Amino acid sequence: MNFIEFISQPWPWYVAGPLIGLTVPTLLIIGNKTFGISSSMRHICAACIPGNLPFFKYDWKKEIWNLFFVAGIFIGGVLAVSLLGNPEPIVVNPNLTEELNGYGITDYTSLMPNEIFNWANLFTLKGFIMMVVGGFLIGFGTRYGGGCTSGHAIMGLSTLQWPSLVATCCFMLGGILVANFVLPFILNL
Amino acid sequence: MENINTTPITGTIDQDLLLREQDAMCVNESKLEHKWYHNLKYLAVGIGFGILFVKAEIISWFRIQEMFRFQSFHMFGVIGSAVAVGMLSVFIIKKFNIKTIYGETIVFHVKEFNKGNIYGSLMFGFGWAITGACPGPLFAQIGSGATVIAVTLLSAIAGTWVYGYFRDKLPH
Repeated sequence: MNFIEFISQPWPWYVAGPLIGLTVPTLLIIGNKTFGISSSMRHICAACIPGNLPFFKYDWKKEIWNLFFVAGIFIGGVLAVSLLGNPEPIVVNPNLTEELNGYGITDYTSLMPNEIFNWANLFTLKGFIMMVVGGFLIGFGTRYGGGCTSGHAIMGLSTLQWPSLVATCCFMLGGILVANFVLPFILNL
Repeated sequence: MENINTTPITGTIDQDLLLREQDAMCVNESKLEHKWYHNLKYLAVGIGFGILFVKAEIISWFRIQEMFRFQSFHMFGVIGSAVAVGMLSVFIIKKFNIKTIYGETIVFHVKEFNKGNIYGSLMFGFGWAITGACPGPLFAQIGSGATVIAVTLLSAIAGTWVYGYFRDKLPH
């Protein structure tokens, strides 16, 4: 197995997790930046559609590093798939495969289920809830909650802040409730 | 380093920073001003991060469903070990008073609790379970070829804007 084949396999958690953790000191040391991603969407609002709202009337250019960072994440996504893409279908827990089979989800060739996340589905009720309503909840919720997985769970917990622990517990709880008790109804639509 | 201008820290409170700090974990504490190309280093870190997201399958809707159903240790391992390494790094930075590459002292700021941390985070959890994405993975999902997620991202930006519109009326 050559090097490219080796790194084209899915990376295990004990490689990915510590590397994500190292983002915290990297951003601090290269420029005193606090790790967080959801704020990028606020800076986009402040830059493009401030709408005379006080919440968006600040000098977004002082936070432009965050927009460079998320642009990098996008480019990283392109590179990972085009250069290091895993040709094998994604392997998931058999219990999940069985459950999703019941909703007609059988395609594991992409990281996202192609049966749901496609342009044609955007105009169905199921697709609208999963892509548009879901996205709205992410944007509204992360800002109201003051951060997302990176800002609260990783940066906040790393600096031992208890509001971040509360937030992390709440978004894990919200996710567990919806995935187990609400999503089955949406997927059956 | 002739391209760096140090703005002296004045006694007055930086109103712009105060505003930026509202409901945000990550604000820029640096008083240094740099030319735009200094931001390319954040682009580079972002690229590495995006590759990680894809290769560890963190951006996969399937992996998120496994996590919320407790069917796999993978995501818990990723988040748990990331927090452990982050904590250790912050401890080392504080203990040895490590400076930035520009010689600035590294600043940590304490966030105050508000009720939004509960209500907002619950809402984010709902969205995370449905879309299989938190804000970072949204960008990587689009890059990985799921172009329709651009709509999800626009909707998330709209959600952020609507929050800004109703912010004064919401319980905090």
